[in-house]
Amino acid sequence: MQTDGDMRKKVKDALKKSAIYGEDFNLEEYGVATSDVQSAEDLKELNEEDQRTLLNVGFTPGEDNRSGSLIMVDNAITHTSLRDKEVVELMSLKDALKAHSWLKDYAWKLVKPDADKYTAMSYLQESDGYFIRAPAGKKSKMPVQTCLLIGSKQVSQTVHNIVIVEEGAELDVITGCSTKHGIEKGLHLGISEMYVKKGATLNFTMIHNWAEQIGVRPRTVVHVEEGGTYISNYVTLKPVKSIQSYPTVILEGKGAFARLNTIAVAHPGSELDLGSRVIFEAEGTSAELISRTITTGGVSIARGEMIGNANGAKGHLECHGLVLGGGTQRAIPILEANVEDIELSHEAAVGRIAREQIEYLMARGLSEEDAVGMIVRGFLDVGIQGIPDELRADIDETIAKIGENAI
Amino acid sequence: MLEINNLTVEVGGRRVLKGVDLHVEAGHTNVLFGPNGAGKSVLLMTLMGFSGYKVIEGEIIFKGEDITNLSVSQRAQMGMGIMSQRPPNLNGVKLHDLLDVIAEDLKETEELAESVGMMNFFERDINVGFSGGEIKRSELLQLSAQNPDFLLLDEPESGVDLASIELLGTTINKLLKKDCKCPGERCKHGKSALVITHTGQVLDYLETDRAYILCNGTVMCSGNPREMLTEIKEQGYEECIKCKLMEI
Repeated sequence: MQTDGDMRKKVKDALKKSAIYGEDFNLEEYGVATSDVQSAEDLKELNEEDQRTLLNVGFTPGEDNRSGSLIMVDNAITHTSLRDKEVVELMSLKDALKAHSWLKDYAWKLVKPDADKYTAMSYLQESDGYFIRAPAGKKSKMPVQTCLLIGSKQVSQTVHNIVIVEEGAELDVITGCSTKHGIEKGLHLGISEMYVKKGATLNFTMIHNWAEQIGVRPRTVVHVEEGGTYISNYVTLKPVKSIQSYPTVILEGKGAFARLNTIAVAHPGSELDLGSRVIFEAEGTSAELISRTITTGGVSIARGEMIGNANGAKGHLECHGLVLGGGTQRAIPILEANVEDIELSHEAAVGRIAREQIEYLMARGLSEEDAVGMIVRGFLDVGIQGIPDELRADIDETIAKIGENAI
Repeated sequence: MLEINNLTVEVGGRRVLKGVDLHVEAGHTNVLFGPNGAGKSVLLMTLMGFSGYKVIEGEIIFKGEDITNLSVSQRAQMGMGIMSQRPPNLNGVKLHDLLDVIAEDLKETEELAESVGMMNFFERDINVGFSGGEIKRSELLQLSAQNPDFLLLDEPESGVDLASIELLGTTINKLLKKDCKCPGERCKHGKSALVITHTGQVLDYLETDRAYILCNGTVMCSGNPREMLTEIKEQGYEECIKCKLMEI
């Protein structure tokens, strides 16, 4: 990527700039992840362990029911495949920048390179990542799947993704983030810039499955034009050291809509600082932010923010947090109305599962563990589509364990 | 089937039931009458073992076993089931999620759901946004799927329109009779139940054996359900209290 000298200097200075929220990671403790990783043409030839890693974040190595697949290991794109070039475009961002001269106008336009040390690092590394684009009017029946893997110890992986859904198009993306077996410590810095154009729809599901010593700092901004729809599902149910993210959705066009679901479990030793922000910039825009988090001994912070700058905007924010066997739940809803004709509301509740609910199910013959499991499963179920059976089984197993440990 | 001896129960530090004695024989359906606040629902909740209902004294014998200290699950697994009056909302838990787990015969449950007009509720969160009548039908459907031997029915007809009372009444009757074809065999093959009713309307559809009147947390007297209902309708509960006082 071409970078302007002045900008580069400004961004270099930002390397010292701590983020507002979350543990401050010392970038110097981590080596830069390698860009030299062997490619994998046929995913079915991956060993069982690697296949399992992919499956557990919703990525099917068989590539059934997927319109395209991309894998990034450390800082290298190791696999790209595409079923139908007419319906969706998928390649590494570096290749895409070479192929489309116009794409530079989309890079680093929504996320500021000097926002904090993590954006700065990603910018200065000229990070690669995925580029996904649905051409105008195209509707892919199957989702695109991507997986970002940390494959080496004690490194920082820097990723830069751009997703563009052109006018009237529809795109589903399932993206998984994980570590290869045996990798404990690492840092994942991910920049994502998403553009949902007029009348387009983007369904974006992200599943995390990190390890106990991984720090995760995603920086995501989504721009939605008139009549566009952005739906995000953010799922992290496994132990991780720290995730701090605060994706922002700008509803720029009339009637644009966004729904962001966050489903998270903070295990002992994990700190999850998960926010979502919607800025209503046009008439008749609407949004729902839904956060369902559980702590089993870790720290869960749910920040939800709605900033209303346009008449006729409507937004609802829901933060529900369960405390199951210790830990901290903090819900921080923020509503801001800067015009008169606007409706923003929130409901937040943190605490244990009501005894009455558990016993109601026990009176039907369920054991206490099964009753808690059923309630937890219901609590976390926000109706995410397209999750492969293997991942669903893995999620069920995690929930069953939470049920057992909660007693 | 059920034997309650000298049961004293506290709720939130307040003594609500005082030395209650009550029996339900196998295959019998007994009725619990009493004014508001008498402790009828408290008795049913205590029998099911819900927390917050603290047994201070006495015992509950079910199928010959002392269940006073057993958990809610253990009682349910022994064959006890309840139709609650005000069940909690279970956000996110779909009615079919629960029915799938508890139904002995899912096909039979679906047929019943069809007949009580509950098929459209399978994908709904349990009790969330249900009307009074829908809660009754959902409770009955769950209870029927669970198929317990002993049913605790807390005012099955309250807040329900006349047509629905008939539907609920006949459905409960079918559930209680279950495999029993001949009236003479009810004690051997039918289910047992303890039913709370204020209006007595549900009794038009059930074969009942004995009624108890509960006032101020104490059983005042017992007898034939129809006779007692007529008496209560004419005289009210005050007569029962006076009568009891005279006894003492």
